[in-house]
Amino acid sequence: MIRARELVKHFRVHKRPPGFASALRSLVRRRYETVKAVDGVTFSIERGERVGFLGPNGAGKTTTLKVLAGLLHPTSGEVEVDGFVPFRRQTELLERITLVMGQKSQLIWDLPPSETYALNRAVFDVPDAQFRQTLDELTELLELAPLLDKPTRQLSLGERMKCELAAALLHRPTTLFLDEPTIGLDVAMQLAIRDFVRSYNQRHEATVLLTSHYMDDVVALCPRIIVIDHGVLIHDGDLKGLVKTMDPDKRVSFTIVDPIAGDALAKLGTVLARDGHRLTLRVPERELPGVVGHLLGPLHVADLAIEDPPLEEILRVMFGKAREGEANGAAAVDATPPPGKRAEADRAEEEAGT
Amino acid sequence: MSRAARTLRALPTLLRIGVAETIAYRAEFLVWILTTTIPLVMLGLWSSVASEEAFRGYGQDDFVAYYLATLIVRNLAGTWVAWQISEEIRLGSMAMRLLRPIHPFVAFAASHVAAIPFRSLVVFPVAVVLLLSSGANALTREPLQLALIVPSLAIAWLINFSILFALGTVSFWITKMMGILNLYFGLFMLLSGYLLPLPLLPSYIRGVAEWLPFRFMQSVPVELMTRAMSQREALLLVGGQLAWAAGTLALALFVWDRGVKRFESVGG
Repeated sequence: MIRARELVKHFRVHKRPPGFASALRSLVRRRYETVKAVDGVTFSIERGERVGFLGPNGAGKTTTLKVLAGLLHPTSGEVEVDGFVPFRRQTELLERITLVMGQKSQLIWDLPPSETYALNRAVFDVPDAQFRQTLDELTELLELAPLLDKPTRQLSLGERMKCELAAALLHRPTTLFLDEPTIGLDVAMQLAIRDFVRSYNQRHEATVLLTSHYMDDVVALCPRIIVIDHGVLIHDGDLKGLVKTMDPDKRVSFTIVDPIAGDALAKLGTVLARDGHRLTLRVPERELPGVVGHLLGPLHVADLAIEDPPLEEILRVMFGKAREGEANGAAAVDATPPPGKRAEADRAEEEAGT
Repeated sequence: MSRAARTLRALPTLLRIGVAETIAYRAEFLVWILTTTIPLVMLGLWSSVASEEAFRGYGQDDFVAYYLATLIVRNLAGTWVAWQISEEIRLGSMAMRLLRPIHPFVAFAASHVAAIPFRSLVVFPVAVVLLLSSGANALTREPLQLALIVPSLAIAWLINFSILFALGTVSFWITKMMGILNLYFGLFMLLSGYLLPLPLLPSYIRGVAEWLPFRFMQSVPVELMTRAMSQREALLLVGGQLAWAAGTLALALFVWDRGVKRFESVGG
């Protein structure tokens, strides 16, 4: 089980404008800025859940994962993973968790992945038989056989990611923090990794917290999603709930067989896209039966499909609204921290001399 | 199983992988070895100074013995762990070490110990030259001193490693450590007997140098090999080494515990 309560992680960063004069000035007087990477996030995840962590670049997703994995000390708030405080990095916790970072390698750069596996077997004290079995299984599932004895530096990004995933799972952790695990992989391998993560989750009742820029990863794997922006949690729930709250309208796509007048279309809904004879309309849910009936009846359209709005679109709207609210100083979505939190954040900024 | 027992079980694998890494990084390793040849330069210099008559008690044989012993000790007891730690912190790759249930001090130590046999490739020919040269006359023949050489080398390594581990860990506060490490290395060369025997230093510097850790991480094993001393003095020197080893080890672990809380795990 993972619990985060009012989790805050601020970084103090040195700020210097470009140019020689600024470089000289910064020798005498350094300006610091407090970056609120995570700013009062609260959530809890039960054992065996698969949760997608979404947000734009710099939203605080990776920082949160790093705090949960014990790499970073939180500035304030409480964090607990399986009853352990992560930043103490007790052996019992490290045996239960793993963190895969698409941007960072745990493989020994100049040695083949098999050496990193041997190292992990030794430091995690994995019994030989279990190590063999897990490695054989991972080798088959991830098609690692030709890669095991090649120096890591000679692997492609996709090959390396597969080897990273294997290295991270050899000790059979029950909590997986996956930060962009499919980065750089081709579509077939992305699908294979998704299937693998799902089956690992089911077989070991493992908790999975996943961030990915590929929405398909999140949609395919995670029944629950947490959305974070500017370090603040703006949604926690299932995907359908998020879509329904943010944009309850449906997308109706169809191919025109007979010409349709523009004003006839406007009565049915908002035209979002037109590609030759293929059209996509935005239709309020309550009007859907009537619109569909009309399209299939008098208008004779073909290949009709009804879909929820794409997740990317929802998120774009969501992050846009959050930013707008911030700029206006008004409460937008749920993005503005509560007054107490805002005061705390401002104090941190003052202390940093900004 | 306790963390210590687990670490012991993991040690053979850590050492084996350390050896594999040393072989993989052989170019870097050779460059590092080349940087340890300063004693040979100093030997050429001081040999010519002492070619006609002894300089403040040091004859030519004494300088030959001293600098070849210095080269041997530096190769066996020196480490470059501070540079490695500093780089891993700066680039954020330290993150991956922190996810493994083994203290980074042990993990780094194992990989550096694994490199020692390779340094013997340099040490062994130097030792042969020393034994065959006129410098052999200046080597100790005292059984106690001879018996203390290996333990003294091991302790010197530990002091070196602990100090450099602590210095590397300072990167948690100051990202770019090169300036500090260069300053440290300058002090080391002057105060450890690496550049010249401590008795040749001006008396006010020597008085300080005799108590600083630099002497105990480099000069003491050399002194045991080359200097006449009483049994009591030999034991006191190794006792001093043990005290510094305990102190610097505690310092390294303390600095690590404080520093790791500041880790920002940049990137990714």
